Amino acid sequence: MRTLFLGNEALAQGAIDAGLSGVYAYPGTPSTEITEYIQKSKLAKELNIHSIWSVNEKTAMEAALGMSYAGKRTLTVMKHVGLNVAADVFMNMSISGVNGGLVVVVADDPSMHSSQNEQDSRFYGKFAMIPILEPSNQQEMYDLTRYAFDLSEELKLPVLLRTVTRLSHSRSFVNTQDRIAQNELKLPENTSRFALIPSYARGLYQNLLDIQPKIEAIAESSSNNTLTIGKDKSLGIIACGLGYNYLMENFEDKCPYSILKVTQYPLPRKKVKELFKTCDKILVLEEGYPLVEEMIGDYFGEDPKVIGRLSGHVNRTGELNPNIVAKSLGLKESTPKEIPAIVANRPPQLCVGCGHGDVFNALQTLIPEIGTKQVFADIGCYTLGVLPPHNIINTAIDMGASITMAKGAADAGVFPAIAIIGDSTFTHSGMTGLLDAVYEKSPITVIISDNSASAMTGAQDSAALGRLKDICLGIGVEPEHLKVIVPLSKNHEENVTLLRDEMNYKGVSVIIAQRACVQLPKERKDFIKKFNTLS
Amino acid sequence: MKTNIIIAGVGGQGILTISTILDMAAFNNNLYIKQSEVHGMSQRGGAVQSHVRISDKEVFSDLIPFGKADMIISVEPMELLRYLSYLKEDGWLITDAEPFVNIPNYPEMEDLFNKIKTYPNHLIINATEEAKKIGTSKAANVVMLGAASSLLPIDEAGLLKAITDLFNRKGERVVNINIEAFKKGQELASTVIK
Repeated sequence: MRTLFLGNEALAQGAIDAGLSGVYAYPGTPSTEITEYIQKSKLAKELNIHSIWSVNEKTAMEAALGMSYAGKRTLTVMKHVGLNVAADVFMNMSISGVNGGLVVVVADDPSMHSSQNEQDSRFYGKFAMIPILEPSNQQEMYDLTRYAFDLSEELKLPVLLRTVTRLSHSRSFVNTQDRIAQNELKLPENTSRFALIPSYARGLYQNLLDIQPKIEAIAESSSNNTLTIGKDKSLGIIACGLGYNYLMENFEDKCPYSILKVTQYPLPRKKVKELFKTCDKILVLEEGYPLVEEMIGDYFGEDPKVIGRLSGHVNRTGELNPNIVAKSLGLKESTPKEIPAIVANRPPQLCVGCGHGDVFNALQTLIPEIGTKQVFADIGCYTLGVLPPHNIINTAIDMGASITMAKGAADAGVFPAIAIIGDSTFTHSGMTGLLDAVYEKSPITVIISDNSASAMTGAQDSAALGRLKDICLGIGVEPEHLKVIVPLSKNHEENVTLLRDEMNYKGVSVIIAQRACVQLPKERKDFIKKFNTLS
Repeated sequence: MKTNIIIAGVGGQGILTISTILDMAAFNNNLYIKQSEVHGMSQRGGAVQSHVRISDKEVFSDLIPFGKADMIISVEPMELLRYLSYLKEDGWLITDAEPFVNIPNYPEMEDLFNKIKTYPNHLIINATEEAKKIGTSKAANVVMLGAASSLLPIDEAGLLKAITDLFNRKGERVVNINIEAFKKGQELASTVIK
C-alpha cells in the first residue's frame, strides 16, 4: 500500500509491521513523532503494543531490554542527547546481547535546530560494536526498520537505527508490506548472558569481538551498501545517509563518479577498498561528525586522498544541504539572492499566558537582591528564559543539571543558588540530584515550574502529574520548605514574598509553581486541576 | 517537471495545512513529493517554513537548493523575505499583507512592502481580511493557496478534492468556507498571475 508518511511515521509503521510488541521512549525533538504515531495507531492499540512514555531514556531502554528478554520485538526511541542518558544500558546490552529483536532508534539533530549539541550517534554504535543502519529516505525508514528487527534477532544484538532531523521531519510516499505477527513470549535459553558479573562479562565481551567479522560480512554483502563504478576516476564518493540524496540532487542520474552509498555499518571494507584503488580522491559526504573520513583518512595529513569535513571541503559543522554538497564537488552555483536587512530575527518564545513567564517575572523582581548570575536552569520551554525579554537564567546543560549545578555552586559558597526545572525534566533526571541536596542540606532553592506536560515537544503527558509533592516529601524535603504557588500575575506580590523567604533559608527549599501548559486542551486542563490542589 | 515551493510563516499560523493539501493533491495525481517541515521549539512563535517539492520523477533532496524555488508562499509579509535565497531568478513571491507582530523590532510595513515590490513577480493580497469576510481568519492560508494555484503543477479539481478530503471530518460548513477561500485567492490573483 502506498501511503504519505513523515519520516518518523514511516519508521513507526515499519516497526508495527515488523511484529513490534512495545515501544519505550521519552519525548525529544526530532524523535517524538515515532512514539506518538504508535500511540495514536488504531492497529497498535488492537495489537496491544505498549507505547506509554517512559520517565527517561535510561528507563525506556532498560524496559525495552526487559521486553526483548521476554522474547518480544521492541523499539526504544530517543533524540541523540537522550542516548547519553541511556548510555549505561546501551553499552552493556551489546555485551549481554538481546533475545527478541531490539532496535534502538536515535534521531540526531545536526545544525542543532532543537538541541544543545550535534553529537553523532554513529560513534555510539561503533563504540558498542553493533550494526548501525542509516536510512536516506522515507521508504528506507520503513524498510530498514523491518530489516533491523531481523538483523537484531539473527545476531542476537541490539541494532542502532540512526535518523536525522531532515529525514525525521520530511514527508514522502512509502510502500508498505504485510505485517508479520508478534513473537510469542519466550524467555532466553541461557539467562547467564544477561548477568554481567565480571567472570561472565569477559567471555561475553570476547563473543562480541568474535562476531565482528560476521557483522561486517553482512554489511559487506548487504544491498544497503551499493558501489556504482563511474567513468570519471578522478573522484570517488562515499555518500552516507542523507549525503546520498544531496549528491543525487546535484547529478540526478548522470553522476560521472563512482559512488559508494552507505546505509549500513560497519563500513563495507572491501567496497571502500575498491573505491580507494580505482579513484584518485575520495570525497566523504556524511551527516554529523566526520566518522568515516576519520576512519579511512590519513592521520598525519600527508596524503590528501580523502576529503570531507576534516579537510575543509565540506563544512565542519552543521547539516549538509544540496548547496554544501555542490560546493564540495566543485560545481558552479549561482549566487543566491540576499536576505534584506529589514528581516528581523524571530526566535521562538513563550506562549501568551504561559506560567513560566510569571515565574520569570517573580524572579526578575528579586534579581537586585540575588544577583544576575545565580539562577541555574534546565531543558524545556523555560530555557527560553535565557533570551530577552526575560534574561533570567544562566545555564542549560542537560536534563536535571539545574539542581545539581545549583548544589555544586552552593557548595562553593554561592548563596542563594536557585534552580528552575520543569515537572517532566524533574522526574526525568532531577529527583536524584534533589536527594543529593537533601542529604547534605545544601542551601539551594528549587523551583519546579510545573505545567503538567512535556510542553516543548508537544505537551505530552508528564509522569509527574499529581506526584510532585509526594516525591519531594519522600526524598526528604522538609514539609515547611515545600511550597506550592500558582504563577499568575494576580499572585505576583505574594509569590515574590514567598520566594524571597525560601531563598533566605539555609537548606533545601522546593517551590512548585503549578499551572497547566496553555497549549493543553481544556479537558486535559480540567483533568489536571483535580490533581493540582493547594493543600 | 519539478515544482519547488517554500511555504513560510510563524509557528502556529497553520502553514502545514497548505503543505498537507499539496501532499494530498500530489498523492491523488500520482506525482512524487518530498515535503520537509519544522517541529520542535520553533513552533512556539518562531519563524517556520516548509519545503514542498512536487515532481513526475523521484525527488532526492528533502531541501530545496538555493535559487531553485519557483515560489515562496507566505502567510506573513516579513517571513516571505526570510527565504529569498531560495527563490529562482524569475520566481514568485506571494504573501498575505497581514503582519504577525510578536517581536519588538518588527520592520515598518511600508519598508517591507516596498522591498517586496522590488521583485517583478510578486503578489500581496489581504488574505486574512478576505478570510474573515468568508467566515474565519483561519482560512487565510487556503486563500494564499488559491492565489498561488495557477502556478502549481496540480489542477484546480485536484486541489479542491484535497481541500474537501482534508476538512471533511470538520463538517460541511468548514469544507465550504475553505473552498470559498481557495476561490477567493484564485480571483485575487487572476489579474496579476497570468
